[in-house]
Amino acid sequence: MKQSKYQSTYDPKHVPDRWFAWQKQDGQSAETVSRPSLSYWKDAWRRLLKNKLAMAGLMFLILLCVLAIIGPMLTPYSVKETSLPNQFQPPSYEHWFGTDNLGRDVFTRTWYGARISLFVGIMAALIDFFIGVIYGGIAGYKGGRTDNIMMRIIEVLYGLPYLLVVILLLVVLGPSLLTIIIALSVTGWVGMARIVRGQVLQLKNNEFVLASRSFGAKTPRIIRKNLLPNTMGPIIVQMTLTVPSAIFAEAFLSFIGLGIQAPYASWGVMANDALGAILSGYWWTLFFPAFFISFTMFAFNVLGDGLQDALDPKLRK
Amino acid sequence: MNILEVNHLHVSFSTYGGTVEAVRGINLQLEKGETLAIVGESGCGKSVTANAIMRLIPQPPGRITDGSILFKGQNLVDQSERTMRHIRGRDISMIFQDPMTALNPTLTIGTQLMEGLKQHKAVSKEEARQKALDMLRLVGIPNPKERLTQYPHQFSGGMRQRVVIAMALICEPEILIADEPTTALDVTIQAQIIELFERIQRETGVAIILITHDLGVVAKVADRIAVMYAGQIIEKGTKRDIFYHAEHPYTLGLLKSVPRLDIKEARLTPIDGTPPDLFSPPKGCSFAPRCPYAMEVCHEVPPIQTELEQNHHVYCWLQDKRGKALMAQTATKK
Amino acid sequence: MLKYILKRLTIMGVTLWIIITLTFVLMVSVPGSPFNDQDRNTNDIVQENLERHYNLDKPYIIQYFLYLKSIITFDFGPSIKQSNHTVNDLLSRGFPISFELGMVSIVIAVISGVILGIFAALKHNGIIDYAAMTIAVLGISIPNFVLATLLIQKFAVDSNMLPTARWESVAHMILPIIALATGPMAIIARLTRSTMLEVLTQDYIKMARAKGLSPWKIIVKHALKNALMPVVTIMGTLLAGILTGTFVIEKIFAIPGMGRYFIESINHRDYPVIMGTTVFYSAFLICMLFLVDIAYGLLDPRIKIHKHDGDRP
Repeated sequence: MKQSKYQSTYDPKHVPDRWFAWQKQDGQSAETVSRPSLSYWKDAWRRLLKNKLAMAGLMFLILLCVLAIIGPMLTPYSVKETSLPNQFQPPSYEHWFGTDNLGRDVFTRTWYGARISLFVGIMAALIDFFIGVIYGGIAGYKGGRTDNIMMRIIEVLYGLPYLLVVILLLVVLGPSLLTIIIALSVTGWVGMARIVRGQVLQLKNNEFVLASRSFGAKTPRIIRKNLLPNTMGPIIVQMTLTVPSAIFAEAFLSFIGLGIQAPYASWGVMANDALGAILSGYWWTLFFPAFFISFTMFAFNVLGDGLQDALDPKLRK
Repeated sequence: MNILEVNHLHVSFSTYGGTVEAVRGINLQLEKGETLAIVGESGCGKSVTANAIMRLIPQPPGRITDGSILFKGQNLVDQSERTMRHIRGRDISMIFQDPMTALNPTLTIGTQLMEGLKQHKAVSKEEARQKALDMLRLVGIPNPKERLTQYPHQFSGGMRQRVVIAMALICEPEILIADEPTTALDVTIQAQIIELFERIQRETGVAIILITHDLGVVAKVADRIAVMYAGQIIEKGTKRDIFYHAEHPYTLGLLKSVPRLDIKEARLTPIDGTPPDLFSPPKGCSFAPRCPYAMEVCHEVPPIQTELEQNHHVYCWLQDKRGKALMAQTATKK
Repeated sequence: MLKYILKRLTIMGVTLWIIITLTFVLMVSVPGSPFNDQDRNTNDIVQENLERHYNLDKPYIIQYFLYLKSIITFDFGPSIKQSNHTVNDLLSRGFPISFELGMVSIVIAVISGVILGIFAALKHNGIIDYAAMTIAVLGISIPNFVLATLLIQKFAVDSNMLPTARWESVAHMILPIIALATGPMAIIARLTRSTMLEVLTQDYIKMARAKGLSPWKIIVKHALKNALMPVVTIMGTLLAGILTGTFVIEKIFAIPGMGRYFIESINHRDYPVIMGTTVFYSAFLICMLFLVDIAYGLLDPRIKIHKHDGDRP
């Protein structure tokens, strides 16, 4: 048999006699921890940093936010100012992204659209978060009959076709930024509530909650100190993934004529306006809004996936 | 005659935090028809050893880095996956800890029982069914005919473990590896399953490698015992050797931490401390940091194997004549 | 199983009732009368038809019950815009086309998504996995209407390979179906991959390997069915997505389906068509959800006996 590389090469004869003495009790503890233990959040952050795609997504989103704020200020044009002689100008030094069918500057409108899209996405995620955490938290924590009734309600709402309800609401309320956010939130929180409830149920009977109960901690304190930190992972992921779906919904609604009304711009409105123009070869009118809708959604999706991998200790490799 | 010989087996896993050497150079022999128990705390590498013998280490991250596993003279470490498939289930079978998850919830018991047989032997459908019924009877499942068409969720935990055992034995393998087969079961069911193992061994002559942390189970069924600690075997011998003539401080500690009815005044003594971190295993004996008899040498040099009697081996510096002298000296002083 | 079906049916009924009530509330809450708009120059005959159908002279509560009755008898009333047509006419003309478009898309999405997902899972962390998942994330990220316009640009404007509008031959169907199927395909591929990866770590897969089964047999017999169960559960959501997707796809490709009528009715505030289509589509989707649930029950032997608690993950 081949000689193993791990074979012990020690011959006991070569072990010095002086080593045969009881070890000195120099406080050498059996329980020294030789590896630094990382806190959950630090560890998650470290793993997220390693995920190149997710970090690229994060960078893109930061850049997008900056441009959404300062972008429209970089040009002398306004969002609604039309200039028919300048219609369908290809990208040039004056108009970096070209102009559209009414001669409006696409660059300015794109960043204006970014404001709308990001605002809708983030507001929808925040509202979902508040309703979902309260509803799901109560259902999961109270349990029993309360939970049963609350979950039946969710089950019924879950069967509602999301976008159809949003369309109906917008037809009644009339399309505007505010009504879009309201309509998206009316049906959107259900998914979050289910996730929160599931998390709370799973954690409720854990030993550490029982332990704090036995020390006499009150319900709000238990929720704040024990449940929330442990349920935050899936909730953060869900929020990150709510943003792109809200952005999509806003673009979709704008596209079918129920979104932000002209002359204000959102990416969906711009894509809708460009629909006729691309057949005539004015590609830039579609390209820029389409590119930014897709990449923003892509960035949120990969960031959400990255967070999911980073925050879920079960997937630790 | 040994049908299985493990020599100098090393298995390591590359993980997020570095490489873990889960198994560090173990030697084992299994004779035809005997029961070998591998005992140790959780995380000591006993399950990894079992999976390595079946070549079921997930790869990556795991890897057999060194050593050989000889099954009837054939080195399993070098075999192709295709050859291993012929060996798995037919020559060497394995059962797992949790019978609740070892059965596929969407397939009937009959399908799951017969598929192994169909894989390895040319049998007709009727023969396979007959064999499956025989196996269910062998493991003591009432109404086997009806049970064959039922799904796992219609069985209790103990019944499921019986089905799993039947599945493992259907091709009449020569070796059965049981990885903590009773841990997930109720105590009364545990006793029944252990009795089943004994009966099956009597009736079929299968050699069993029993992996467990439960010394009670070991005392009942094992012929020979290997005690593992931190990826290494630290003592091995017959059941008698280990239970009555153990020499390694860890084995002694393990025995003291188990409740016994036969010794009146014995108190339960836990072993202080925790097993070493296998990301950076100690340079000397891995038990030295917890050992009440640790000498300076133990922290510096890994102990060598000492043969106390035939087949009773221990890895401990106290067996060196200088270590023995030190012990004797200390004893007289007191 | 029977109890399970009954429970699902009850929930279906409640959901549908909410939708119907919501459309009614919509009708009465539109400022002024939804059917009497000076700008729209609705002619007198239509006006009379509408008032007769919706019993606008009666109190709300009576209106509500008459409305419920008309919906149960599958009578959605006349259209405002297309004065000689009822909503039922539009549905019977447009829905078959939308149904064809939607069904072909979902079938293609399921088949290609599952295959992509399985390959990605089997080559976990390999090139195929990364490629498939990048395609999948892109597929999820690009809205179907953007994809549709890009496809038109590429295949119709730039190269004139495929027709861009109408619904006449197989060639007409290719672009709309790609545009509609890509998103759901990507979702299915990701879900299949992640559940497959999870299933592959289960003990029963290890047990199957320990029996000496070949990898192919393990995947087909042991892993696939378990991995596909979550895919079945999201079919309802996907169908809803495909359905709303047909609205924009039909608009872009000028396909004379129900979706296009629906968008037009929104733009023209043709309330009877909006209400009728919403109720009809909701009923359709809810029935589909029910079928999906039954399919799940048939796939998973555990559901037949155990009480289904309705909140599986």
